[in-house]
Amino acid sequence: MTDTPGPGAAQVGRRVPRKEDHRLLAGDARFGADVQFPRIVHARMVRSPIAHGTVLRVDAAAARELPGVVDVVTAEDLPGDPHIPVRLEVAGTDLGERLQPVLAARTVRYVGEPLAVVVAEDPYVAEDAAELVEIEIDELEVLLDAGRAQGDDIVADFGLGYGDVDSAFEGAAHVIGMDVAVQRHSAVPMEPRALTVGYTHATGCLEIFGSTKVPAFNRQVLAGLLGVDEATIRMHAVDAGGGFGVRGEFYPEDFLIPWLARRLRRPVSWVEDRAEHLVAVNHSREQRHRIEVAVDDEGTILGLRDDVRHDNGAYVRTHGVIVPELTLAMLPGPYRVPAYAGRVRVALTNKTPCGTYRAPGRFEGTMAREQLLDLVAAELGMDRVELRRRNLLAREELPLTRAMHTLGTDVVLDSGDYVGLLDRALSRVDELGWRDLLARGRAEGRVLGQGVSMFLEKSGLGPHDTADVEITSTGRIRVHSGGTSLGQGIETVLAQVVADQFTVSVDLVDVVNGDTMLQPYGTGSWASRSTVVAGSAVLGAGRAVAERVRELGAQLLEAPPEDVEIADGEVRIRGAATNSRSLAEVWRAAQPGSPWLGAGEPAGLSARHRFSVDHMTYPYGAHVCLVEVDPGSGGVTVLRYLVAYEVGRAVNPALVEGQLRGGVAQGVGGALFEEFRYDESGQPQSTTFMDYLMPTASEIPPVDVVLCEDAPAATNPLGARGAGEGGLTGAGAALASAVSDAIGLPAMTGLPLDPETLVAAMARPATVRDRLRTDGIS
Amino acid sequence: MKPAPFEYHRAYTPQEVVELLRELGEDAKILAGGQSLVPMMNFRLAHPAALIDINPVSGLDYIRREGDELRVGALTRHRSVEISRGAEVRDGFAVLPRAARWIGHYPIRSRGTVGGSIAHSDPTAEWCLLARLHDAEIVVLGEHGTRTVPSEEWFTGFLTTAALPGEMVIETRFRRPRRCAALLEYARRRGDFAIAAAGVAFDVVDDRCQDVTIVLGGVAGRPLRVPEAEAHVQGAEPAESTWAEAARIAAASVEPGAEADGDHDYRRHLVGTLTRRAFREAYETGTDAGPVRGVA
Repeated sequence: MTDTPGPGAAQVGRRVPRKEDHRLLAGDARFGADVQFPRIVHARMVRSPIAHGTVLRVDAAAARELPGVVDVVTAEDLPGDPHIPVRLEVAGTDLGERLQPVLAARTVRYVGEPLAVVVAEDPYVAEDAAELVEIEIDELEVLLDAGRAQGDDIVADFGLGYGDVDSAFEGAAHVIGMDVAVQRHSAVPMEPRALTVGYTHATGCLEIFGSTKVPAFNRQVLAGLLGVDEATIRMHAVDAGGGFGVRGEFYPEDFLIPWLARRLRRPVSWVEDRAEHLVAVNHSREQRHRIEVAVDDEGTILGLRDDVRHDNGAYVRTHGVIVPELTLAMLPGPYRVPAYAGRVRVALTNKTPCGTYRAPGRFEGTMAREQLLDLVAAELGMDRVELRRRNLLAREELPLTRAMHTLGTDVVLDSGDYVGLLDRALSRVDELGWRDLLARGRAEGRVLGQGVSMFLEKSGLGPHDTADVEITSTGRIRVHSGGTSLGQGIETVLAQVVADQFTVSVDLVDVVNGDTMLQPYGTGSWASRSTVVAGSAVLGAGRAVAERVRELGAQLLEAPPEDVEIADGEVRIRGAATNSRSLAEVWRAAQPGSPWLGAGEPAGLSARHRFSVDHMTYPYGAHVCLVEVDPGSGGVTVLRYLVAYEVGRAVNPALVEGQLRGGVAQGVGGALFEEFRYDESGQPQSTTFMDYLMPTASEIPPVDVVLCEDAPAATNPLGARGAGEGGLTGAGAALASAVSDAIGLPAMTGLPLDPETLVAAMARPATVRDRLRTDGIS
Repeated sequence: MKPAPFEYHRAYTPQEVVELLRELGEDAKILAGGQSLVPMMNFRLAHPAALIDINPVSGLDYIRREGDELRVGALTRHRSVEISRGAEVRDGFAVLPRAARWIGHYPIRSRGTVGGSIAHSDPTAEWCLLARLHDAEIVVLGEHGTRTVPSEEWFTGFLTTAALPGEMVIETRFRRPRRCAALLEYARRRGDFAIAAAGVAFDVVDDRCQDVTIVLGGVAGRPLRVPEAEAHVQGAEPAESTWAEAARIAAASVEPGAEADGDHDYRRHLVGTLTRRAFREAYETGTDAGPVRGVA
């Protein structure tokens, strides 16, 4: 349900229809590949067919001969052996040796690693020519199991924690542990990556279309690698068919395509195809946990330990080792955990390198922790929900500082009512009649189960973001933000925030995101941060412009500034609506030459505001679901799903719900279907949509949402907590919990919950199933 | 994901297709619905030098009855069978429209053809399984006219058939009508290729099962009949215990290889499940006095 309030009504907090939708639905959106130029040429990557080996020869002679081929480039043509730097550093780690080269020169380390790039007059010829590049590789032994990594293949080994864990475990009545594994999967946006780069030799300027996540950062990296001034590179705002973490990071192509445009003095277009996408973009999620907890007889947590093996694939990419760091930092979640020690070993293997995927590190850690809690409940004969309720932090225990650091900030759980949210989730489930559904289904002999998981999220990462707000000639309001439009609706949200400063409808606001010429200081859209951080920057800039409008408007109205107000997009004398000036009139008064513009005053009505914040804000939530397992096939049907989520303050509840529902869809994929498999030689087995199983509408259940605004964030003026990831964070855990409940296991030891695994699990005698072994069922 | 260069030819009669096949040789491929061939070309798993587009050929899109035989023209779209409700289909071949619903997704069913599927010979393809279930004959046209190949000889292995160079499929003749029949599949997502499939067909005479056929898909390089399990049902009472035992025998008699979507034991388990459920559905729908169920 949406409503469009008239002018004057507050926009923040309303289900305002998305500003983006008209152009997206009418086919007017502009994606990276939609931008084409005269004389454009098309690039095609040549990728390694071998998982690990010494490159003996990359021979492009035959490819160059093909009519229509413009250029073929291999590693030896590149200047200075470029490698892609880390964007998110983790203190104390040195990853320099294991960064990904733009093109492999001597060694290939995964199937799909770029070896050469072909440029041709049309994309068909480019693909024909790519097949003619002769590659000779001397195969080396492959490492595919992070658990077997040793020496240099362990690129980081670090811990996070607090309290006296050893004592907690020594004195505990029960120590319960298990192994939990999460399979390799990742974001698969509907639009694969695309880059179009224009180059003007006369000015030396590069125009880049298609980089949509952290454009200002990518510009900085590109300028450094090319040895040019950042001012000669402009990243343009484009639409994107989904991001989810993988799109818009700096990949080899993000250097190659601009570099080729300069080398050839021609515009270059590159569009990734799906088969490439599935081996080239960041993979994610592959972790093995050995997790254990010390509890007393009542199930009270005394201490928690986790030993994680993280498979990072062949190289360290832009995320460095931030994903496993996040796993450790967030592992205790919303619970009272007096002592905690987490350790992770980050291994490099001969698979596609890894990075972030929506809810990075937390989807995995939440799965491990919540399965362990299910196991504890089974071992102690307690109800799963009661065990959680007993251990959740109480409202009065917050704020709580955990002596850990992640993403460069301390972990300070700001505020919240975790128990209250769980209660709200469960009472909604009762209202929806799930209890009956479960009981009736079971009475019919069907194999049904209900699952629950609790999670803590993080959002609103600083340290800063910058936004500009400007009034334009017709009295419209323009926002230049550093966020990027990935489909999440950020244009609408930012428009709502600024519209309230002028009490206008969002229709009067234009938002341009991710153009580095318009906004050179933006920090991008990721980590559930844009509404919180960019939104707060827009709020600050909007307030500053409104102040200037009031000041100038007062002069026009010949009244003292305290007597004028801005309402319905006009400046007027309080209580005298007839005596007013429109925003356009105020704009004209601010133009150079205007008698109202003082000699020392800047022309125009605009302001730039930087919002800085030291700490993240921590949303939280619960997932509850109902599943059916078919014993005949092992197939899992998700019958019902509910997410309860604390968002602090919903700028647009409809968009928050959309974010949560989209997250659940990806969670169903990650829990039941999606997996990047490899054979024993490191050949990827999931290179098409026949093998990499994205859930479709048929597999996604109805999703109910309980949207809570009980704990506004104190760290930003909107009171907002981010909402980008919480639909996914608890999904693997909740679905695993429901399946274990259905088939009578105390917990599940891994994802995905595939039919083969479940049939094998159900075939075990009940006596075995009653006690879960740490070697598990998967 | 763009095909390698190829020549494109268009044919208007079956004779033209055969002439073009002779002229262009073995590097030419027939393009019918294109639902398997075109993706394979885009992945560059297939590099045909030439395509012969038979979509303009008239007279190959039909479903008609000749006595006991149901004859389906090669260019008949899956969707046409799916929505067919006439007596020619209903009487003894009612499983065909029901089973057609398992084929991919709606756009695939609207475009893909019965003849294309028979010629492609995927061991989990519905038409290949149904051909074996109903003892079909495949009619092919070559340089020297038509010949007819029994389906048990037609499917020679994974994506291979008994077609000779220069021949095209023009018709599939389903020859053994039965009142009780069902084809069941299991895939992890709706519309995917089946991990395994089981088809059964039989009649019930004097409360005894007669004329029993069981065909399995996804367990070998081609559709597989399981005579031991058929023999168990032959002459037996139509009852849950009969189905269960037949399913057990069917599962035990196959040796499916391990693949990404399931190991040997899992596939056997699935064959058992599907066989049992196929018998149940076949019996329920076949003995139902009303119209054939499952047709939208």
